[in-house]
Amino acid sequence: SRKVDSRTIYVGHRPCPTTEALIPPKFCDNRIVSSKYTVWNFLPKNLFEQFRRIANFYFLIIFLVQVIVDTPTSPVTSGLPLFFVITVTAIKQGYEDWLRHKADNEVNKYLVTVLEDGRRARKESEKIKVGDVVEVVEDETFPCDLILLQSSREDETCFVTTASLDGESNHKTHYTVPDTEKNLESLSATIECEQPQPDLYKFVTVFSRCVVFFRSLGPENLLLKGATLKNTQKIYGVAVYSGMETKMALNYQGKSQKRSAVEKSINAFLLVYLCILVSKALVCTTLKYVWQSRPGQDEPWYNQKTQKEKDTNLYLKMFTDFLSFMVLFNFIIPVSMYVTVEMQKFLGSFFISWDKDFFDPEIQEGALVNTSDLNEELGQVEYVFTDKTGTLTQNNMEFIECCIDGFQYKYADSGTELDGFCVTDGPVSMLQQKAGREKEELFLRALCLCHTVQVKEATGQGDGVGDGMIHPADLRGFIASSPDEVALVKGAMKYGFKFLGMESKNMRVMNRNNDVETYELLHVLNFDPVRRRMSVIVRTKSGDTMLFCKGADSSIFPRVRQEEVDRIRMHVERNATEGYRTLCVAYKLLSSEEYDQADTGLREAKLALQDREEKLMAVYNQVETGMSLIGATAVEDRLQEEAAETMEALQGAGMKVWVLTGDKMETAKSTCYACRLFQRSTELLELTVRTLHSWAKSKPVSAFSVPPRSWSSANQDYGFIIDGATLSLVLNSSPDSNSSCYKSLFLQICQNCTTVLCCRMAPLQKAQIVKMVKNSKGSPITLSIGDGANDVSMILEAHVGIGIKGREGRQAVRNSDYAIPKLKHLKKLLLGHGHLYYVRIAHLVQYFFYKNLCFILPQFLYQFFCGYSQQPLYDAAYLTMYNICFTSMPILANSLLEQHICMEVLMDNAALYRDVAKNAMLRWGPFLYWTLLGVYQGLLFFFGVRFLFSNPALQDNGQVFGNWSYGTIVFTVLVFTVTLKLAMDTRHWTWINHFVIWGSLAFYMFFSFFWGGIICNQKRVKQIKIYILSLRFVT
Amino acid sequence: MMASNYNAKEEDGHQPAAIGHGGAGTVKNKKPDNTAFKQQRLPAWQPILTAGTVLPAFFVIGLIFIPIGIGLFVTSNNIQELEIDYTGVDMSSPCYNCSQSYSWNSTKPCLCSVPFFLDQPFESNVFMYYGLSNFYQNHRRYVKSRDDSQLNGDKASLTSPSKECEPYRTSDNKPIAPCGAIANSLFNDTLELYYIDPNGSRTAIPLVKKGIAWWTDKHVKFRNPGGNDNNLTVVFQGTSKPVNWRKSVYELDPSDPDNNGFINEDFIVWMRTAALPTFRKLYRIIHKKTNMTPTLPLGQYILEVTYNYPVRSFEGRKRMILSTISWMGGKNPFLGIAYITVGSVCFFLGIVLLIIHHKYGNRNHSADIPS
Repeated sequence: SRKVDSRTIYVGHRPCPTTEALIPPKFCDNRIVSSKYTVWNFLPKNLFEQFRRIANFYFLIIFLVQVIVDTPTSPVTSGLPLFFVITVTAIKQGYEDWLRHKADNEVNKYLVTVLEDGRRARKESEKIKVGDVVEVVEDETFPCDLILLQSSREDETCFVTTASLDGESNHKTHYTVPDTEKNLESLSATIECEQPQPDLYKFVTVFSRCVVFFRSLGPENLLLKGATLKNTQKIYGVAVYSGMETKMALNYQGKSQKRSAVEKSINAFLLVYLCILVSKALVCTTLKYVWQSRPGQDEPWYNQKTQKEKDTNLYLKMFTDFLSFMVLFNFIIPVSMYVTVEMQKFLGSFFISWDKDFFDPEIQEGALVNTSDLNEELGQVEYVFTDKTGTLTQNNMEFIECCIDGFQYKYADSGTELDGFCVTDGPVSMLQQKAGREKEELFLRALCLCHTVQVKEATGQGDGVGDGMIHPADLRGFIASSPDEVALVKGAMKYGFKFLGMESKNMRVMNRNNDVETYELLHVLNFDPVRRRMSVIVRTKSGDTMLFCKGADSSIFPRVRQEEVDRIRMHVERNATEGYRTLCVAYKLLSSEEYDQADTGLREAKLALQDREEKLMAVYNQVETGMSLIGATAVEDRLQEEAAETMEALQGAGMKVWVLTGDKMETAKSTCYACRLFQRSTELLELTVRTLHSWAKSKPVSAFSVPPRSWSSANQDYGFIIDGATLSLVLNSSPDSNSSCYKSLFLQICQNCTTVLCCRMAPLQKAQIVKMVKNSKGSPITLSIGDGANDVSMILEAHVGIGIKGREGRQAVRNSDYAIPKLKHLKKLLLGHGHLYYVRIAHLVQYFFYKNLCFILPQFLYQFFCGYSQQPLYDAAYLTMYNICFTSMPILANSLLEQHICMEVLMDNAALYRDVAKNAMLRWGPFLYWTLLGVYQGLLFFFGVRFLFSNPALQDNGQVFGNWSYGTIVFTVLVFTVTLKLAMDTRHWTWINHFVIWGSLAFYMFFSFFWGGIICNQKRVKQIKIYILSLRFVT
Repeated sequence: MMASNYNAKEEDGHQPAAIGHGGAGTVKNKKPDNTAFKQQRLPAWQPILTAGTVLPAFFVIGLIFIPIGIGLFVTSNNIQELEIDYTGVDMSSPCYNCSQSYSWNSTKPCLCSVPFFLDQPFESNVFMYYGLSNFYQNHRRYVKSRDDSQLNGDKASLTSPSKECEPYRTSDNKPIAPCGAIANSLFNDTLELYYIDPNGSRTAIPLVKKGIAWWTDKHVKFRNPGGNDNNLTVVFQGTSKPVNWRKSVYELDPSDPDNNGFINEDFIVWMRTAALPTFRKLYRIIHKKTNMTPTLPLGQYILEVTYNYPVRSFEGRKRMILSTISWMGGKNPFLGIAYITVGSVCFFLGIVLLIIHHKYGNRNHSADIPS
């Protein structure tokens, strides 16, 4: 028997000749299933899930009570609306599932190339079987988890990006199985690998050719489904995990259902109404038995009970009476509200995707709504968590200016630049004065040498590097771990110094005279966040050994001569406040002794087995001293369009903006300045590893010694900066009593700051922050916006997740609730759509409760006049159709079209957003208003008609009205009043509003004529009209 | 290393296949239509409540409603109405004996006569009502205790009435026609009116018993089984009369086949259940004579009651009401009062708001008035 914890795969389904007869192992196919239902299980599964909702279950119970117990209203009155709700919801969910099916199909039907018996066959992705050899070409994603067998690259490697898996978009190198045959057709081998498991970074496998040849494989041989092949023409791999067993599928956590705060309010109101309902039923039941105890009332001669009634146990009768009253009054909890709310959300969300302001001509797409449940939440946002890279900024670094020896060089606009800079004897375009030519060239050489950039091979047409000429326009030709290094190299290129690449330890630079200079790269002193600088040691052709260093001003200035600093400091500071990222460049000529010393130091440190980091650091610090400053650079991280305006609007609307980024603090800080999240006047509070270190030296008691009380007094804006390492200290500190105190203190500080910047964040930490704020006091509504896969966690965590259809793949978009093409669209989404949707749904909910309260209150009051006998006031048809036909359309139309303030005004005045903040329209105050209004009108309807009926002869032929006419008059007045109430609340009358409001009144009249033809005649209507008018204006 | 997760991000955004598990699919939208509806830019009328619109509205409402209310009130006041309680609760009242000696089985009817004086002549048509108090015709058990299809002439329901009629469904194993509690408790007092001439002679006042039921009831809802077959005795063969009735349904008015059986108007009026426990039902109509004399001249009258209907057991009351009718029905000051009240409140509020507006309106430009 086979071992359970591993699986054996035959490459290309060719069994080894040596093994016994092949038992074809069964693995799941490569189909991805994210849909919930199939055609067959849709009905039972969906019904089960729907009745798990409290409200639906309640209505089902009411319906069953009506069927079983003898109740005043027929089961149809509650069965029909329930059926309607269930059907509409089922249709909606079915539609959404159909969309998922479609998305699945898109993936599953994607054509891939599979090697089959030596031929290349095109196959649908879902038909890939474990053991198939699959061909993947550049920029394609892997259709399943593959073991790399062969690559088109000579060095048996391939590059992939796993941006959609873990958010890292850098290129990773994967290796082929070592020493395999080149001929895949004849390769017969088995792979023994573990059963599927979700850990992305763990993979243990044995690859064996049929003869004695074993290789153990690791994660560097595994290509994961969802990753993309880069910089490699094509590869061949054998499928090891497929379909739902791929690591990506195992890692996928379904989106948890997000519920909006409005729904919580609805539930609270529902509880109140449930109490009203129960107390009404209790009051009626009690009074019934009190009333019946009087002689002659329970069973007068004209109204005898049946034998069955007489035989029933008294307590059972009381109970069924109670249930009957519940059923009679159950319309106070409107089934139809749920369906109207659902429809409003579903239809309303179309307006977002239809909005042409969200259309971005660049990507030819508009906004995307993934969840319609959260429309109103957009109007309630208190905290905005935004990613920086790709969201606030375009992640497109541009060299803006430099400062050489105190002179400012501004890079002129494109177009004219080439002529200006290629002049050999002239200076680089200079504003007023220029530095010495030597200094200039030294500076540019430093830029060309001091980095870790690699030149990317030009794809398609051989190696472009070999010719020594890269076309200047080919700007994509650099790969670096940081985009500002690329920007610096490109910047130097514009001034005439081109970095051509590395050739076996030699850096090749082409200078202004088109001569190629080569420098031997001796050492790279890598960047680290504590030192905040990096250096290279190179040897020139002439034999000089030089150290070039670049880094943050704060880390360079102490290591250079003071008089040089003074010349440059001004420029650096000005650039920093303008939001540019500044770096200072310094150099040092190393004498051979110095170099030898440094060299040995570095080599020793690198070989050290213990405390390698510290030792390296010590040597670095020792080498990087006594340098001379050449200049400074300013690189702009281009902001997204209107990023600053958007942020300003959000802050004006009372939202607190937190920037959560994986980026360095300096970069993030400069972006915050550029986005005007930090102003010049903002006082920054830093809580980072660096400040912790310095504090630890000075006052080791507590880092949090800022007394929070003192700040509210001053009218000072505070900005708070924290980094990932410190944050994990705060959040995950040892579980002693202090830790929770730190956490709440931290939260308190953050909440008092206008802007909080969290840098060096891991994706999970972003989610942690969101969760912390979300669960803080007052449970504020949070919104996360991001574009990359590393933002997915916080997008899923926040109340509302917004994805930007940026460059970093579609992961964020797919997991978001709403996706917009650009950051600037956030403003309209929140201030415009969000505000309107909130007002609409709040009005919808309040109105629904109101209209059902004044619908049912007369029925309750009627019990006092009919001996508490559960006699319904209204005809069964009216009971059923009140919420479905007569009063539903106007409020639905109103809740879709209402604009109490026009969109433009809302956008222009961000402060209006504060009006609806904190769920202002669904608090107890407005709820009380609507409830009292409903009670008042209900009383008026009932007692008005009651006094009218003190003489029921209401026609000029002396004939009298009966009980059904009584109910019909109350009902007519009710329908007219609630509809006109809505009309009075409508501030935006489009033709649709007119149509549905007057149309539904007309429909009611029309219906009544046909339905009531039996019980009424024309003259009644005249009476009713007069009566309506009288009541209408009382309200 | 320098910002490891922060790299040159290349255009890997548009992967050929949307890999993975999407929520709702990523539907590629084309440019949204620029229609007024989709852009939420439908032309709209946006009413804004200002003092300029609200104040006149208040006054107009007040000025319209007050005259209407006065008109209604005056109309109602012009209606003459006379109400006589003949239950016989007091020892002194003429019907005391009848009310005491009650038995369903007594074959001898109990008669009593109630004299009354009319101090104002009733000029136009006079409508005669009987009124009952504390009689729960709107009790659910009572309301549903009827079989509408039987009353509509359905033969099948005639022989097997609906279960709702219990316990008045069958008697002696024969189906009851008309079945149910409502029919069983048909009001069966007979009221007759006599005018006492000053010389002492009695003149019977002609009471018309047609035209008291609703047209739709008489012609649509209620039909005798067997259609136009005039021989109702045969049609109702095999059914039993309601237990409390003295005579069968086809004997209600043998003189007039159009008013017999289920389409007897007294019966139809009773079957239309009242809304409240105190109610009145139209009994007879006294038509205005063609000449100029009043319908009921001033003077002494006698109400002759055949006292059959017991109400003492549930502390009920019986009344006879004579009333004239206006275009708005019987006497009811409520509507007039309601209109006058609403009108005056509006008018008063209008004045108050006007004063407020004049005093403070300049200070606050947008003095919105809550309605």
